[in-house]
Amino acid sequence: MRMKEEHTKDHAALAEDFNQDEPRVNWHDETLWFIREKRDRAAFAIPDWELLRETASQIKFHTLSNLSQYLQQFEANAQANGMTVHWAADAQEHNQIVHSILQQHGVTQMVKSKSMLTEECHLNDYLEQQGLEVIDSDLGERIVQLAKEPPSHIVLPCIHLKKEEIGNIFHQHLGTEAGLSDPQILTETARQHLRETFLTRKAALTGVNFAIAETGEFVVCTNEGNADMGAHLADVHIASMGIEKLIPRRSDLGVFLRLLTRSATGQPITTYSSHFKKPRPGHELHLILVDNGRSVQLGREDFRNSLKCIRCGACMNTCPVYRRSGGHSYQSAVAGPIGSILAPNLDMKKHADLPFASTLCGSCSNVCPVKIDIHTQLYKWRQVIVKEGYADPKKAIGMKAMNLVLSSPNTFKLSGKAGRWFMKTVPFLVSNQMNPWYKQREMPQPPKESFGEWYRKNRPQHD
Amino acid sequence: MTSRERILAAVAQNQPALTPLPLVPSFQLETPDLVEKFSQVAVNIGSWVLEVRDYEEIQEILLQDFKAHHRIISHVPEVSSFADATALEDPQRHLLENVDLAIIKGHFGVAENGACWVTEDLLGVRVVPFICQHLAIILPKHQMVPLMHDAYEKIGDAEYGYGVFIAGPSKTADIEQSLVLGAHGPRTLTVFLME
Repeated sequence: MRMKEEHTKDHAALAEDFNQDEPRVNWHDETLWFIREKRDRAAFAIPDWELLRETASQIKFHTLSNLSQYLQQFEANAQANGMTVHWAADAQEHNQIVHSILQQHGVTQMVKSKSMLTEECHLNDYLEQQGLEVIDSDLGERIVQLAKEPPSHIVLPCIHLKKEEIGNIFHQHLGTEAGLSDPQILTETARQHLRETFLTRKAALTGVNFAIAETGEFVVCTNEGNADMGAHLADVHIASMGIEKLIPRRSDLGVFLRLLTRSATGQPITTYSSHFKKPRPGHELHLILVDNGRSVQLGREDFRNSLKCIRCGACMNTCPVYRRSGGHSYQSAVAGPIGSILAPNLDMKKHADLPFASTLCGSCSNVCPVKIDIHTQLYKWRQVIVKEGYADPKKAIGMKAMNLVLSSPNTFKLSGKAGRWFMKTVPFLVSNQMNPWYKQREMPQPPKESFGEWYRKNRPQHD
Repeated sequence: MTSRERILAAVAQNQPALTPLPLVPSFQLETPDLVEKFSQVAVNIGSWVLEVRDYEEIQEILLQDFKAHHRIISHVPEVSSFADATALEDPQRHLLENVDLAIIKGHFGVAENGACWVTEDLLGVRVVPFICQHLAIILPKHQMVPLMHDAYEKIGDAEYGYGVFIAGPSKTADIEQSLVLGAHGPRTLTVFLME
């Protein structure tokens, strides 16, 4: 089974667990920063990068402002192309639709390429409970599937695992010799194992990167070629997409395909950008349009902008908190900064910790290819969550105390003095494990005096 | 009320006031030599790029690496002397699993990212450029566009059942960010730029 639903620990507690192994945290941090640097090189090589981002942002926002029309236009064109279009209000309906299509064809085994939507819907768990087998074909997803873990990153599902651990997983599940760790050999092993799967599965499910309203086609981007191997060899192709994946025109792809992979991995484009317009003659192509909370988010003025997301993962790679806490600490199909503004819409109580898993440094907003104001939304979610009463009680008490101190100049001066005296005279009172600021940090040397005290002594006398 | 009606009603009710659809500005590629730019980027992403005069030269080059025991398939009539077109039917697609080399034509290349645009009429069977161990794409050298915007302008409202931009051999870096060529699709991609 994949990660269970119940939350026994919040993001901060899981991040603390992740930080027990310091060399490993540093390794995780550096690996993701390396990808952020590749993104920078790719972005800086395009002189009009900012204009491209602005154009993408406007196209996406326009699409959201006319989404009901575009959905109907897309549906009509996709049907005219020979696709069967389904509508799913929530995760359960999506899973039931997939199940019923498989049942109609008497299929009990399916191959699936990367789709964060099916992670969000827990499709694999659902189908396994019905006695069906699903094999994930993206290499990273297959690895975490064998390890019975969820992906920790939307683009790099097993970025949290070391090659030796992957060698061990393959040894346990695929019968390779023990101690393998060469990525070339491990990838070749997975290639052989999954080739057999592609050749024998009658049904394949893929995600959707972009759907075009004016043509009724959709585009799937992969580097491995796994989506195409699955879809072209199977009799039935099912494609699942969130309703926010629409764009108006085919020519808009020129904007988005230039941005997507440069932002994600620093590549100029994915190896394959596959445009599916019609089913192969004699075969079926099912497209499932999924809402699952998106229409609600569309109605939240402060947060609707998050629906512009094209799932590149740039905000994760750049985030100082994500890099040092790992994807699993978010306990959400989409982790990192973007996940932290999407998840509270789905379940505010369950994901109340996520908007606080940020330093609000704004790096996420700066790298976002569709200019989502991610850090502003994180800040706004915090206010909603506190107002709705879902905030961590420790945080609420701290905030009340701060409010008391900051609202009275005299209390503020006095507390500053007391703080400096304590840090100088009895440093162990602040430099201990009870103080969360002391964790992974040295406490600073306390200044001798406050700025106010210094200014009174030093201000020009002629004033 | 069906889910379709419910979703559309909720979306219509919650969508913000209509904003204009922007015109895509005209973007330019700084480098004037498209073939040079294409070749440079394509090599960077793992492709081999060779400029050739004619089909005979392509045959000469390919037959250095591929021998009689290799299975070579192609839908391109000009290479039928050494590449087989008989299994290129959808019901026989699974039989392509032991193909060593597939040779296909591409419509045009994109200089900024080394991608080739291919549609299913050029393939015979959709799975061809994925299931083969090695792939060769023949591209008319003068059919090169600078950017993806130009690519879609060229595609226009063309009719196809399936189309794909192919940029390099299949690859993955899922294991510790180590790049490995030959994930599920071809292990190599050779692009022939033909006069």
